[in-house]
Amino acid sequence: MSLLKKSAVELVSLLRDGELTSADLTRAYLNQIEEHEGTIQAFLHVDREAALQQAEDLDRRRAAGENMGPLGGLPVAVKDLLCTRGVTTTCASRMLENFRPPYDATVIARLKAAGAVLIGRTNLDEFAMGGSCENSAFQTTRNPWDPERIPGGSSGGAAACVAAAMAPLSVGSDTGGSIRQPAALCGVTGLKPTYGRVSRYGLVAFASSLDQIGPLAATAEDVALLLEVLAGHDPLDSTSIDAPVPRYIETVRQPLEGLRVGLVTDHLAEQLDPDVEAAVREAVRVYESLGANVEEVSLPHSRYGIATYYVIAPSEASSNLARYDGAHYGYRTDESALQAELAAERAAAQSEQEEARLDTPLVRMYRKTRSEGFGAEVKRRIMLGTYALSSGYYDAYYLKALKVRRLIVEDYRAAFQKADVLLGPVTPSPAMPLGHFKDDPLGMYLTDLFTVGANLAGIAGISLPCGQSREGLPIGLHLQAPPLEEERLLRAAHMFQTATDWHRRRPDFVASED
Amino acid sequence: MSLSASDVEKVSLLARLLLTPQEIEALTSQLGQIVEYVDQLGEIDTEQVEPLAHAVELVNVWADDEVRPSLPRDEVLSGAPHRDEDSYLVPAVLGD
Repeated sequence: MSLLKKSAVELVSLLRDGELTSADLTRAYLNQIEEHEGTIQAFLHVDREAALQQAEDLDRRRAAGENMGPLGGLPVAVKDLLCTRGVTTTCASRMLENFRPPYDATVIARLKAAGAVLIGRTNLDEFAMGGSCENSAFQTTRNPWDPERIPGGSSGGAAACVAAAMAPLSVGSDTGGSIRQPAALCGVTGLKPTYGRVSRYGLVAFASSLDQIGPLAATAEDVALLLEVLAGHDPLDSTSIDAPVPRYIETVRQPLEGLRVGLVTDHLAEQLDPDVEAAVREAVRVYESLGANVEEVSLPHSRYGIATYYVIAPSEASSNLARYDGAHYGYRTDESALQAELAAERAAAQSEQEEARLDTPLVRMYRKTRSEGFGAEVKRRIMLGTYALSSGYYDAYYLKALKVRRLIVEDYRAAFQKADVLLGPVTPSPAMPLGHFKDDPLGMYLTDLFTVGANLAGIAGISLPCGQSREGLPIGLHLQAPPLEEERLLRAAHMFQTATDWHRRRPDFVASED
Repeated sequence: MSLSASDVEKVSLLARLLLTPQEIEALTSQLGQIVEYVDQLGEIDTEQVEPLAHAVELVNVWADDEVRPSLPRDEVLSGAPHRDEDSYLVPAVLGD
C-alpha cells in the first residue's frame, strides 16, 4: 500500500532503476481498485488481464534493455471519451455503449509510446456534459472524501481515482472546467492546457472551440510528467499548435523569481463559501511568503462567462452531436417497432395533410434513436444549442455570445499586463451532496462561474489543493496563465506545494492503509 | 424572451429528437429559465465588437495534396448498427 502513496515521479524512478516491476505496481493499483471500487465507482471499465499483460510486456522490454519511454511502466487511467482501438469507448452514454473505435486517439498513441499501462477507463458525465458525474448513463462516481457527495465532473472518475490512489496519473478533458472542478472537489492537481496544446484527434467532441485534454495527478510535478507526454503538435488535428514542448519535468522545480500574482477580485465577490474564501486568502499569504508580489486585478466581463458559455458550448454540441444518427455507429432504435408506430400513425391520420406531416421513416429513425440513446442533460443542451442557432435567434444569442467572448479575452489580455498568473477559487463551494442540483440545471451551470473563462479565452489553468472546509472537504486553488505558459503555471503550483502539504492529504481510507 | 411548448416542439424536430409530453413540459420551463438568464448578455454594448469564434485565431492549415491510406471499408463499417457487405443500411429515405 505504501507504494500507492508515492508520487508518479518517484515511481518512474523506481521502475527505471529496476527496483520495482511494472507488473507488481500495476497489480497493487488493480488491488486497490478491486477493494474500493464498489464504493467509489470511478471506472466504467477495468480489464485486469489486459493491464497486467501490458505491464509484463513493458517489464520484458526493460529486461531486454529497451528504452521504456518517460512513463516506463506506470499505470494511467483515461477518461472514457478517448478513442482507443478495439476498446469500448462509451462517453458514459447509451448511445455509445457498444462503440469500439477502429483507431487510437493521438493521446492514446502517445501514452502507449511513452510506456504507459492503460489501467482503466474512467466515468464522466455523459458526453462530458455536467459537473457531478450524475449525468453518466451507467453509474454515479462518489467523492472519495465523502461518498455521499459528488466528485465533480465531468472528469469525476478521473479525479476520484487519483484521490482514491487507484491510479497515479489520469487523463481528463476540460470544456468549461471539467478537469479543474473535479480536481478541486477531490483534492488533486489538474491542468487544462492552452487550447491546441494537446491534440484532440480521437477525443469524442463536445464543443470544439473549447475542448482540451489534460492531466490530473496528486502533485504539480506528476502533472508535469504527464503533460510532457500528452502535449505537442499533431498534423491530424489542424487546431493543434505547432510550438515546441518545453521540458516541463525539468523546470517544474525551479521557483519563479519576482512572480506577479493577480488576485481576481471579481471571483471573491459573488456567493463564495466562507471556507473557500478563507483558503484562497491564505494561499495569497503563502505566495507572499514565497516572495511573490500580489496585486488585485479585475476581469469585468467574467460575470457574463456563464451566459456566454451556455450559448456557445450547447451550440457547438448540438452541431457535433448531430453525428449520432443511428446509421454510422452506436445505438439504433428497434426498426420493427418504429415501422409499426408509423403505420399506426398513418392509419390514425384524419386527412392527407395530417398524414403528410408525419415523419418519414428515416427522420423517425433519427429521432427515436437519439431520444432513446441520449440522457436528459445531453438532450437539454442539444435543444438549447439548436434553439440558439435557429433562424431568428442566431444574432440575439449565438452572435452576441461570440462578441462577448472577445470582451472576455480582452479582459484577460489586460489582466496579464499586470500579472504573470491569475489566482482565485476553482469552485464557489466544496463538493455538494449527491442530488443537490437534480431539478435545477441552471444552478448546476452557475457552479462553473470561475472556470469557463479559461476555455472561452483558450488560456491555461490549473487547480491545486489549498485547504479544507470545516467538514474536511478539499478546496481548490485556481491559477490561470496566458496561452502556452503551462510551464509557468506548473512552476507556480510547485512553489505552492513546497510550502504547503494540502496535496499530500488523502481521504481516511487511503491515509490509514499501509 | 420566453419559450412556449410549441417552440420546444419545433426545436425538437430541428434537433432530431422525439420528446414525450413530460419532457416538453420540463424543457419548456428549464430552457425558459436558462434563456432568461442568458438574456443578460443584452446589457453589454457590443456595437463595435467583432465576434470571436475561436480563442486561438489560427490561419488556415493546409494539408499536403497527397494520397494517404484510410481505414479499410470493413473497419469503417464495423460499428454500423445495420449494414451489408459495403454500405450502411437505413430505413427508406423517400417513403415506401
